[in-house]
Amino acid sequence: MALSLRDIHKHFGAVRANDGISIDVEAGELHGLLGENGAGKSTLMKVLSGFIEADSGEVVLDDNTLNLKSPDDAIKAGIGMLHQDPLVFLPFTVLDNFLLGGPGKVRLDRKEGAKALQAAAERYGFTFDPAALAQSLTVGERQQLEIARLLWLGARVLILDEPTTGISASQREKLFEILRRLSDEGMIVIFVSHKLEEIEQLCHRVTVMRRGQVIGHIKAPFTTDRLVEMMFGEVVVAGERPAATLGATALSLDQLTVRDRLTTVTDLSMQVAEGEVLGLAGLEGSGQRTFLQACTGLLRPDQGTIHLNGTDLTGKGYRTFLRSGVHYLPAGRLEEGLVAGMTITEHFELVSGRKSFFVDWDNAADTATSDIADHFIKGTKDSTAESLSGGNQQRLLLAMMPDEIELLLMEHPTRGLDIESADWVWTQLLARRDSGTAIIFASADLDELLRYSDRIAVFFNGTVFAVVDAATTTPDQLGYLIGGKKVTV
Amino acid sequence: MKAWLERVRVPALSIALALVATLLLLIAVSAPPLEALYQLWNGSLGRAAKIPDTLITWVPLVLAAAGLIVTFQAGMWNIGIEGQIVMGAIGAAWVVRRISGPAVIVIFLAFVSGALFGIIWALIPGFLRTRFRVHEIFSGVALDFVAGAIAVFLIIGPWSRAGIASTSGTDPFDTRYWLPTAGANGYSWLAILVALLAVAMIAVLMRGTRYGLRLKAVGKNSESAYLMGIRTDAFMLSAFAVCGALAGIAGTVQALGFHHKLVPSVSGGYGFLAILVVLLAGFRTVWTIPIALFFSAVLVGSTQLSLRLDIDSSLAGVIQGMLVLFILLVGGWQARRTRRGGGAVIESLIAPKSGGGPD
Repeated sequence: MALSLRDIHKHFGAVRANDGISIDVEAGELHGLLGENGAGKSTLMKVLSGFIEADSGEVVLDDNTLNLKSPDDAIKAGIGMLHQDPLVFLPFTVLDNFLLGGPGKVRLDRKEGAKALQAAAERYGFTFDPAALAQSLTVGERQQLEIARLLWLGARVLILDEPTTGISASQREKLFEILRRLSDEGMIVIFVSHKLEEIEQLCHRVTVMRRGQVIGHIKAPFTTDRLVEMMFGEVVVAGERPAATLGATALSLDQLTVRDRLTTVTDLSMQVAEGEVLGLAGLEGSGQRTFLQACTGLLRPDQGTIHLNGTDLTGKGYRTFLRSGVHYLPAGRLEEGLVAGMTITEHFELVSGRKSFFVDWDNAADTATSDIADHFIKGTKDSTAESLSGGNQQRLLLAMMPDEIELLLMEHPTRGLDIESADWVWTQLLARRDSGTAIIFASADLDELLRYSDRIAVFFNGTVFAVVDAATTTPDQLGYLIGGKKVTV
Repeated sequence: MKAWLERVRVPALSIALALVATLLLLIAVSAPPLEALYQLWNGSLGRAAKIPDTLITWVPLVLAAAGLIVTFQAGMWNIGIEGQIVMGAIGAAWVVRRISGPAVIVIFLAFVSGALFGIIWALIPGFLRTRFRVHEIFSGVALDFVAGAIAVFLIIGPWSRAGIASTSGTDPFDTRYWLPTAGANGYSWLAILVALLAVAMIAVLMRGTRYGLRLKAVGKNSESAYLMGIRTDAFMLSAFAVCGALAGIAGTVQALGFHHKLVPSVSGGYGFLAILVVLLAGFRTVWTIPIALFFSAVLVGSTQLSLRLDIDSSLAGVIQGMLVLFILLVGGWQARRTRRGGGAVIESLIAPKSGGGPD
């Protein structure tokens, strides 16, 4: 048995998520797929599991070219995918979940199903009770249930998308044991991750992707250096860094613990000065967003305190933070910043701070026109937010910021922007910094982090793994830290 | 000009398709199609004597539609509007039964009371939505039933006619408190005036005010609106309140201007019908005036059909149903073609996606 992906292309609008991907995997191979967020791993696995159709290219299994139009086609061909959030129906019992999506018979044969589940459980050492409700299972056990189900459905190729997110270390060991066992039995296991350590520990061979393309395939044993270099590419850092003049402490966090749905950030203490730029590095979901949302009052901390310019804001709501001079620009420009379907004029009017009951639309159109010119937004006063390009949406968001900001929090300030827009964005941000605004930004771009930050806090699994001085850190070192490897800087 | 064409395309095409389908249906049941359309016209707007009947339907319909514009603008489905109309009628009936005095004052108080009852009934799904994340459609349907039950309880219980417990309604109100009419057979000019004023007010509110602008942001993207510092929950509640007030006024008009008593089916289904009016109007306030008139004409004219041509008057329901289907179809087709912008609510109907405000 052998699986080949041949020249897979998948475009979303102008974005080339997969740009000619070819991978070959032999039977019994534990194959790692490594890459940053946005490298195109998920898209490729969705193509392989039938969730989306590729624009072009072939999936060949055992010399048969597969025609994958739905996940049903994929599983019939023997390809099963374990999603990052296991697809388990929580109010169902374990057995019902197991039987769900089983081979198409009118009558449900619970006895046969129970027997098959029992057999799988014994063989691989699964620990769950068939009569228990799925919601009582841990995430690790839900994964086991999904694996059992996919095997029963005849999966010969098993794809796991970031399976170690949210499970304990012991469950991870258990999962790895199962995966090794499956590959020993001749299955193909594709393990998608951005955690270097796991890939090194588990995989026989790894394919590294970057920006929709395969950078290379390498065999175990891997050197971390090589993986980091392949993942992030050669990063050239500009020599001169604008000097920062730091003022008094703007933001002060003391032993903060804050949690949201998936991530918990624990015991975080940090100070950011006026005029300082703090970069947040780390893979997506490592706690940067949780941290930023705590600093904006969107998440209330379980423990610890937050002070801004000496004022205690612990436990206060978002609007209080806003009034205190905090401004937050999340990653989703059109989802969490702008309003699709509303014009630029309407956006400016929404944040104008004017109080009159009636809107003076003539006046609003005039200010909008001049604001558009001032910020070089390519669009007219009547352009709707969604009709603007990413760069112009970001320009609009920056143009909508209030004049006085004490603390500016941003996610991915330049993601998806062309160089000109990115430069413009940072010119604006550095001007803010020079007037004393403290800036904290999360980014996946090593170059951006190293170039503009004074300090960089690296997140890994919900903790600040390291805080480094950007001036003395190399891209390699930062790449190591992001992958969860300790280095001395 | 082009933008204008773009805007009327969906309703115009929908109505045309619905009419064609209706004609085909009439041919299928061997009725003379053109004669039927003529009778539909003649029985509603085509004859002076029938115009008041049409307006009687138009007033509550357009009031409810104006109210729904506001809740739709906030991105919500106020299905509970039917119950809000009933509660408005109860509120008005309570005033005219309890208070006697100069007609001007009593009628004014009845309107205020009707509006307040509507507001209270509308705030319930509003609170459930903003506080407990209960979808307003479910609570709305439940509250419609509850309001209907309260009306029936009052009619056969505390407010029943002397000696009779009948669901046909309460005793007629004192004729002094009936809404004033022009001429013997006419319909109340006051009701029409109130309806036009309401539509004008909502049109200005939605287009010209800061409130309308913020409400639009809340409705289109509550997440972004919240991050801009808008109190999204308060805006959602206020939208329910405004809609409830107009629904309550519609109930008041029904009670004081048409039935002249409280009857169980006082809302007449106009709340639900108004949802269709707003959909067809593409969520533009002023458009509800002609479209509500069209719906009223179909509704009233179809009784003429059964009299003259022996066609069942449920044809009106068939036409309305087909209109809705074609609106959804054409609207969906349009949205699929342009892949963006307007008709977000229609789009949400066709392809429901999980939404909801910031937690």
